[in-house]
Amino acid sequence: MKRKSSLGSRLVASPYILWSALFIIAPMFFVLYYSFTTPSGQFTFDNIMALGKYTGILLRSVWFGVLATLICLVLAYPFAYFISQMRLNTQQTMVALVMLPMWMNFLIRTYSWMAILQDTGIINRTLEKIGLGPVHMINTSGAVILGMVYNFMPYMILPLYSVMAKMDKSIIEAAQDLGGNRINVVRKVIIPLSMPGIASGLTMVFVPSVSTFYISQKLGGGSFDLIGDVIERQFQQSYNYNLGASLSLVLMVLILACMAFLNKFTNDEEGMVI
Amino acid sequence: MKENVIIDLKNISVSFGGEQILNNVSLYIRDKEFITLLGPSGCGKTTTLRIIAGFLEPDSGEVIFENKKINGVPPHKRQVNTIFQRYALFPHLNVYDNVAFGLRVKKTSEKQIKEKVEEMLALVNLRGFNKRHVDSLSGGQQQRVAIARALANEPRVLLLDEPLGALDLKLRKDMQVELKNIQQRLGITFIYVTHDQEEALSMSDTIVVMDEGVIQQIGTPLDVYNEPKNAFVADFIGESNILDGFMRDDLVAEFSGRRFKCLDKGFAKDEPVDVVVRPEDVDVVPVTAGILRGTVTSVTFKGVHFEIIVDVKGFKWMIQTTDYQAVGDEIGLSIDPDAIHIMAKSVYSGKYGDYSSFSEEFDELSEPDGEVDE
Amino acid sequence: MKAPSKIYTFLILLFLYAPILIMIFFSFNSSNSTGLFENFSLRWYTVLFQNKNIMQAFSNTIILAVSSSVIATIIGTAAAVGVDRWKKSWLRSGVMGVTNIPMMNPEIVTGVSMMLLFVFMGKLVGSEGVLGFGTILIAHVTFNLPYVILSVLPKLRQTDVHLAEAAQDLGCTPVKAFFKVVLPSITTGIVTGLIMSFTLSLDDFIISYFTTGPGFQTLPIAIFSMTKKRVKPDMYALSTLIFVSILVLLILVNIAQSRGDAKKNSKSVKGDA
Repeated sequence: MKRKSSLGSRLVASPYILWSALFIIAPMFFVLYYSFTTPSGQFTFDNIMALGKYTGILLRSVWFGVLATLICLVLAYPFAYFISQMRLNTQQTMVALVMLPMWMNFLIRTYSWMAILQDTGIINRTLEKIGLGPVHMINTSGAVILGMVYNFMPYMILPLYSVMAKMDKSIIEAAQDLGGNRINVVRKVIIPLSMPGIASGLTMVFVPSVSTFYISQKLGGGSFDLIGDVIERQFQQSYNYNLGASLSLVLMVLILACMAFLNKFTNDEEGMVI
Repeated sequence: MKENVIIDLKNISVSFGGEQILNNVSLYIRDKEFITLLGPSGCGKTTTLRIIAGFLEPDSGEVIFENKKINGVPPHKRQVNTIFQRYALFPHLNVYDNVAFGLRVKKTSEKQIKEKVEEMLALVNLRGFNKRHVDSLSGGQQQRVAIARALANEPRVLLLDEPLGALDLKLRKDMQVELKNIQQRLGITFIYVTHDQEEALSMSDTIVVMDEGVIQQIGTPLDVYNEPKNAFVADFIGESNILDGFMRDDLVAEFSGRRFKCLDKGFAKDEPVDVVVRPEDVDVVPVTAGILRGTVTSVTFKGVHFEIIVDVKGFKWMIQTTDYQAVGDEIGLSIDPDAIHIMAKSVYSGKYGDYSSFSEEFDELSEPDGEVDE
Repeated sequence: MKAPSKIYTFLILLFLYAPILIMIFFSFNSSNSTGLFENFSLRWYTVLFQNKNIMQAFSNTIILAVSSSVIATIIGTAAAVGVDRWKKSWLRSGVMGVTNIPMMNPEIVTGVSMMLLFVFMGKLVGSEGVLGFGTILIAHVTFNLPYVILSVLPKLRQTDVHLAEAAQDLGCTPVKAFFKVVLPSITTGIVTGLIMSFTLSLDDFIISYFTTGPGFQTLPIAIFSMTKKRVKPDMYALSTLIFVSILVLLILVNIAQSRGDAKKNSKSVKGDA
């Protein structure tokens, strides 16, 4: 039998409650506030109206995010599955290998692709030596998506792996026992059972992809600005906080909508998938 | 006679989430007694224990310890100690530190602690286990550490919450003997909780049978076994054939269409009653010599005896006999007067049926007008 | 294991590590070309260590990571302990929901929203340069907190609820029972939360970018400004060093873990009494 919430337990958690009210909830309100005011503090819809001209960029961000996420999913799924079938010791090493790049600074990781994809970079020099002409890769949309996939791949691999490793082997054996061949088992058993991992991975890749600003600048050369770039510019260059706030608001709402949609697949609310 | 009472529970009621867990329970416990709270899961026995320990406060009623009311006194101030079902040993401490825990809280000197811990470990036969880590011990060993830890504090009363449930059969039997020995040697009051009636019968001075938050019967093991007060107690303890019958007169009972001499009296003439006959008390005799006769419908070999289901006029009896009887045979049954026990009708009458099935679940399956699932 | 799956696994790993390996390779380049390798040289490493800016940023980053992870661990552990005792109510779901916000929000939104808060507060108090160590510290603690809470809470769930009761049964007051018995059993969760916070803080760029001031640069921010101009390979040297140190840390942790496991297994002495 659970006791009622005692005064003591409320007291102990109160620093956190205070902190989160001040620094998690309040900032959200400020985004709202700045979205609907002019620099002098008057209420206005101007910032929301101004969003109209950014719809193109917004759509591009979403499109890129979706592409990057799906590519990550397709590439990571078999990888996660193969790892989960390895011997336990090898699995641990593999997981460590996947996690290691995550701790490298993402600026550096993105930057290094620049060097590789440059017209004078490694790939092109090697191609020239073989005799195939130089391929222009940098400053293309492909490069930006590649950058996203590269940076966020581990965030797709880990939740997938985590779910697959915990899968009850006897369920898979039961499916085989009942006559399912390889493909059937994957389609009808493994994929449905790995849904929570997929949902988690989709979230953890889509959110940063859609909102990134550095990757698009460095690998897209300025021709493929995403919503993140626009927001960053408002705050660090044009100092138009109000427009920046309204853009951020739109981004938040967008993410929330996707979250709510994906939430149907996750049931764990007080624990981590990883 | 209410003498030597160490704990007195008066009109204790507890409900939780709309469900009544304990319903006006009153019970007194004597000093140095080994008393067992016995009943199925959910009957309220563990709740009663936790109220005595102080982890739960009753909605109404008084908890009296050594003539003082202790409602509201927190657990760490009560002179009782608990043995938890899963032992609750502290995983980050070794055996010695676990046993010493309570003494350290009381700020006993390290010298005295050492003496006491050694004494306790010897008492539970774990000498030399001081430095061992808790997770390297077997279930039985962990159990004994829990006992040593509780007893080191020299409580007046020890509360045991189904302590032997996780052990396997033979170890459990040994521990039952151990616990009884310890209790008698140290002269401490033991309040024991279990759903295993054999365990209760073998260890206790007094048994308190509970169901759904109500005490059904209090008595010595012999009383409770030989003279159950109602159909619940009769069914819960041992196997019983429970039939509808009538008291035609003092010392005369009628059931299964025959009249029997029995030893009970004090009922009204022709009063409807519940009749209990234990399977081991029925003798198999030649068909013509028996007061009842029936057909054998199933025979199960149990090692110690055969368990035979006999259909007597539609009611399935269970008989225990060392002679084999074949299925389909007609046999005679003979019942001595002292094998018949009469109980007044209660809310439990009619609930237990005959031996067509043993469990409630299967009882429902054989019901002809049961509901069909959508 | 079948060959195709092994090949596939290897390819993906190659994809993950190719840029890193190339960077390490070119950090030893004597020229500053990033396409052509000329001679082996440690030139860029010396340049790196002479860069006062970088060294300052490095120590800043460490100080920030240590302080924010410690603060977050204390507040977060207290929060987890408190919330774990609450019964399910709208308050409890609300608090858990709020905890999820920093994790679900895109980093740019978190950074920008906190910046707006600070700027507004700054205007109220009339100060101009409100952004600095204080604000970035607050920001780091804020995004660390959910990870601490979500590391400690499961451990609390796993802890036998009877442990605290047993301690009280043996004479401890409830508070003492917590510190003597419950806290030791959630230590692994606390340590995990601490380490996670530390690494998150070390690596953070986006949120730091918006919440710090000109006086306090962290390493990622220093790297950012370096990459704005034409990059010299001393950046590669820096990256290589970071990579190697993380690798070494990982190996150390792995060794410590396997030693701990081996110790645990040897404690189960043969022979039950």
